[in-house]
Amino acid sequence: MTPPVRPATNLDAAHRLDLLRQMLFIRRFEEKCVELYSGGEIRGFVHLYIGEEAVAVGVNSALTPDDNIVSTYREHGHALVRGVPLDSVMAEMYGKVTGCSHGRGGSMHLFDTSRRFYGGNAIVGGGLPLAVGIALADKMRGQSRVTACFFGDGAVAEGEFHECMNLAALWELPVLFCCENNRYAMGTAIERAQAQTDLAVRAGSYGMPAWPVDGMDVLAVERSAGLAAETVRSGGGPHFLELRTYRFRAHSMYDPELYRNKDEVELWKERDPITALAEQMRAAGELSDGDLASIEDELARAITESVSSARSAPAEDVRDLAKFVYTPRQS
Amino acid sequence: MSVSGARAKSARARPARAEPARTEPARVEPAAGASEQIQTTYREAMRAAIRDAMQRDDRVFLMGEDVGRYGGCFAVSMGLLAEFGPERIRDTPLSESAFVGAGIGAAMVGMRPIVEIMTVNFSLLALDQILNNAATLLHMSGGQVGVPLVIRMTTGAGRQVAAQHSHSLEGWYTHIPGLRVLAPATLEDARGMLWTALEDPDPVLIFEHGSLYNAKGMLAADAGAVDIDSAAIRRPGGDVTLIAYGGTLGKALAAAEALEQDGIDAEVIDLRTLRPLDDATIIGSVARTHRAVIVDEGWRSGSLAAEISARIMEQAFFDLDAPVQRVCSAEVPIPYARHLEAAALPQVDGVVAAVRTVVG
Repeated sequence: MTPPVRPATNLDAAHRLDLLRQMLFIRRFEEKCVELYSGGEIRGFVHLYIGEEAVAVGVNSALTPDDNIVSTYREHGHALVRGVPLDSVMAEMYGKVTGCSHGRGGSMHLFDTSRRFYGGNAIVGGGLPLAVGIALADKMRGQSRVTACFFGDGAVAEGEFHECMNLAALWELPVLFCCENNRYAMGTAIERAQAQTDLAVRAGSYGMPAWPVDGMDVLAVERSAGLAAETVRSGGGPHFLELRTYRFRAHSMYDPELYRNKDEVELWKERDPITALAEQMRAAGELSDGDLASIEDELARAITESVSSARSAPAEDVRDLAKFVYTPRQS
Repeated sequence: MSVSGARAKSARARPARAEPARTEPARVEPAAGASEQIQTTYREAMRAAIRDAMQRDDRVFLMGEDVGRYGGCFAVSMGLLAEFGPERIRDTPLSESAFVGAGIGAAMVGMRPIVEIMTVNFSLLALDQILNNAATLLHMSGGQVGVPLVIRMTTGAGRQVAAQHSHSLEGWYTHIPGLRVLAPATLEDARGMLWTALEDPDPVLIFEHGSLYNAKGMLAADAGAVDIDSAAIRRPGGDVTLIAYGGTLGKALAAAEALEQDGIDAEVIDLRTLRPLDDATIIGSVARTHRAVIVDEGWRSGSLAAEISARIMEQAFFDLDAPVQRVCSAEVPIPYARHLEAAALPQVDGVVAAVRTVVG
């Protein structure tokens, strides 16, 4: 029996090009945010994902649109690759009524329930119980969704993390725990905060499959997340991925970064997930300068348009300040 | 001198009080009607409410520590595991933050969980989830994420269980926009508030005073859902308004009985809903009686009683014939010894004495 002839290489190449495009999308969006923040157009806390893009892109690529995502305050990337419209994300950065959270959330609280994107949680560890509950509801109703729950290495020190590992494992809930280990809880290095720095070991102690993944390699992330998600979906209970990554920028928009040395940052930058994939694709003849230029053009145009649309969008009427505190009651 | 003179002047200048804010009490005890009455307890009424909700809506489930096999630490859910099974009467580990948060998550995507926390003191372990998620998600998401969750917990003292099982912290929760806070004090409310709370699209906290579970009485066999908006006048009267809720309602009513012997006719308001407060009923009553005493088992400083007192001052200042009085718990962690615990809590004698200071 001869294997079916399939244009595997071309399909795979197209897929890789799409992953590259998604990572660049996050990168260029956030670079624009830096510019807008510096110009005083957007405010608040803005936590950049630059350097960590392979994690959001790889995991999301392993999910279906029917799966759920619970994220953190460093969630621009998760939201954008999930398909939360760029214009609504940018408008949220501007605090406009057209923002995906009607200007109530800002950078840290992006929501889009139509895409099963359940936010932007800025209490470290605070999203985990929600993910457990969403997965519980799915399981009780016999739905085969996966709930992907993103959190950082800092969350592993929180009590909520351990309560949730236990509960999810005990009840065999369909949660894919995605620990974005960027090695720093704000300014505290993991070695200074965690007695056991091998985070997969800690999750594994609750009896769930857990393994580390190179979070700078989008293809490795996608592969691991795909494998895990498939098992979670088919009733295999929760899984834990420790996605080893690094943030290239400060914790929030600016911090003096006294807690890490520049050599370390430079070393990690050499493993930039975007450059790595681009080089790999070039070497395989899957990426030309023209391809890249056309992606960059398309992204630049979309981001520029999102900025002008956000600038001109209306602000919420102050008389609606108390809207969304309670659900309006039908009389 | 000048201060008291100013007071007297403002008292004289007070607008005509002949017209009370409302002529009808907002809600009175249902008269014993034609419907069949059964003898029951607060605990059984609460259990009947849970059973009824579980039967009416398959999205409803009960989750908490020892709610299943043990039957609930106050035996409220006794027997429900056998009736509904372990999926819907769900025992949890001792993980208040995780299971309260899981209730929030499940509610976000369409379930109608009832989460039981053993006592209000333990709810502090879940305060992050209650405040930062349950109360906040709707607003923070621009109206997208509703949290139709009910959290039940025991509150209050009187059972000699000392300083980590006895506090009345419901007043803290009334500080939080986004929450609705209930305190059923009667059999009707124990039976009827839960269903209405489950139908509410927003998070509702139900505080059950631990001293009430064994309270016996007659309840209509067909008792059902009640409103969760209004305060109730449990005893009409013309001389002073006693404002109580939950565990202090019985004490306020007993004080009113004692005062009647002295010819003082006290009106007793049961707040029922602690947030949002039913200002109209409170202010309407004070406009008729011109005096108010608030009976609150919380500590006085920063208490719900303080909030009510401020509202009366803001909305009925010129109706008052005497300063508002508060009868609250002494500002100590609730002690174990029976006599010390009793001394720490609002008692009938204290309510009577407070009334005498405003009526005298």
